[in-house]
Amino acid sequence: MTILQNGAPGSITRRTHPLWFLLPAYGLLLVFFFLPTVFNFVYAFTDWSGFKAAINPVGFENFEQLVSDGTLFRSLRITIVYAVLVALFQNVFGFGLAVLLERDTAVNRIARTFFLIPVLMSALAVGYIFQALLKGTELLAHTTWTVVVVALIHAWKWMGLSMLIYLAGLKTIPLDVIEAASIDGASRRTAFWRIRVPLLAPAVTFNVATALLGSMNGFDIVQATTGGGPARTTEILNIFIYRTFGQGLFAQATTMSLVLFLLVALMAFPVIYVLRKREEVL
Amino acid sequence: MSRRLQPVAALLLVAVVIGVPLWLVVATAGKSQGEAVDPDLTPPSTWHLWENLRQVWVDADIPAALFGSLLIVAPTVLIVLILGSMAAWVLARRTSRFTAMLYALGISGIILPPAVVTVVLLLRQLGLAGTAAGMIGVYAGIYLSTVIFFVTGFVRTIPESLEEAARIDGAGPIAVFRRVVLPLLRPVLATATILICLYVWNDVFYAFFVVGGRLDTLPLNLFQVASAGLYLNNWHLIFAYVILMSLPLIVTFAIAQRKIISGITSGAVK
Repeated sequence: MTILQNGAPGSITRRTHPLWFLLPAYGLLLVFFFLPTVFNFVYAFTDWSGFKAAINPVGFENFEQLVSDGTLFRSLRITIVYAVLVALFQNVFGFGLAVLLERDTAVNRIARTFFLIPVLMSALAVGYIFQALLKGTELLAHTTWTVVVVALIHAWKWMGLSMLIYLAGLKTIPLDVIEAASIDGASRRTAFWRIRVPLLAPAVTFNVATALLGSMNGFDIVQATTGGGPARTTEILNIFIYRTFGQGLFAQATTMSLVLFLLVALMAFPVIYVLRKREEVL
Repeated sequence: MSRRLQPVAALLLVAVVIGVPLWLVVATAGKSQGEAVDPDLTPPSTWHLWENLRQVWVDADIPAALFGSLLIVAPTVLIVLILGSMAAWVLARRTSRFTAMLYALGISGIILPPAVVTVVLLLRQLGLAGTAAGMIGVYAGIYLSTVIFFVTGFVRTIPESLEEAARIDGAGPIAVFRRVVLPLLRPVLATATILICLYVWNDVFYAFFVVGGRLDTLPLNLFQVASAGLYLNNWHLIFAYVILMSLPLIVTFAIAQRKIISGITSGAVK
């Protein structure tokens, strides 16, 4: 095996693992994923709309308009605030549940199953449930706090997944590490915070990164609870894209789609880098 | 927390955090229209659950939406699993700088958001706008990266000697892949199937852009009727719909719970 991989790279693998096996998958990726992404960089600079057939280049006009009317930075800010809140709540709840339900008892197994039901449900349905549940209160009609409430709902839907991943993380910690600590005189509390929690770093990386990047690309829960309101204070980027697309303002929608792409791409690298770095230190 | 108190706390938490919202769904779906206008946690004075399920089944034309959902979910899963595994196998076994770059490109879709607006334009140019084929292509473009990520990691844990035995017997790459590699991938493919079914079955955002108004899927149908006048304040019907739509996934989960849980967590913590 080592000979296959080290000696004359490709000469044998070319026959045993031919590159054309990549073609169908990468063909689909190219056409349906990368090409539309490239289009994003083109059509954000045009006047493409539902009102006329011709599409002309307009330079940075769409960006200038979205910046000057405040939409771009407001939507960006709301998206980032929303994503950070979701990541925070989802991880705190998921971690708390994992610790509470860690022991393999019958009660805990049943409880874990119940916390997974929201993960399986459609986010749209979850949104409607909480819209009904909070009807008659001010919670979904407050211009400052509604974004927090919607983030809590988002975290409610996904906390079961974070719980599972933290549970799996807790299980991977070898028992002898904890025994060694207790022999060395560490109290249970100390062993928990100083040994088990730091060893959960890979689970934290995964959970924070997926919650952060996933909620930046969110739509369903916000749409089903507030539709972006009140007064557009929960209008994250995808809600804006959905709304302007429906109005036939395709170029504006594309521009925001490009903004979302750049935001996620720019955030992804530092987020994953910082979290990985923390793992290495430990 | 003491051992005696913990089960009580766990059950109490389930009852409040999960029980209350789920009870709201069932209770409201069991109410008459008049009772359900202002949804609350009181039980229905008389149960109309079956009646409401039947009404929403007929009025919202759930069979058509169910057909649309199946028409899209089944081929999507099949395509991403097969094509994704083929690519992942070769990516895992070849260790050049070029394949490493292709791998990075292939999994970038896990993080990067798809371009939902321009994909519509592209599908129009391809003559696939509003079609099931177009939707399947878009989902494949989005979720191939998930399959490539999971399967490549898994293939690296399989010793190559298993393939060599078949190769010595004269099997070509296709035969090796089909007869040796694919059967070994079963656990990881089960995971990927679950994840992708979950995403695609529940998706409304991408479906709205690609097939909205042309082809109905369950979430799209729920979204349209819940936002349209027909269902406004008809919470009993919205929640009857929610029950019908969630049931297949919850039943599947109840049956294959152990597998699903180990599947979901396997990729996350190494």
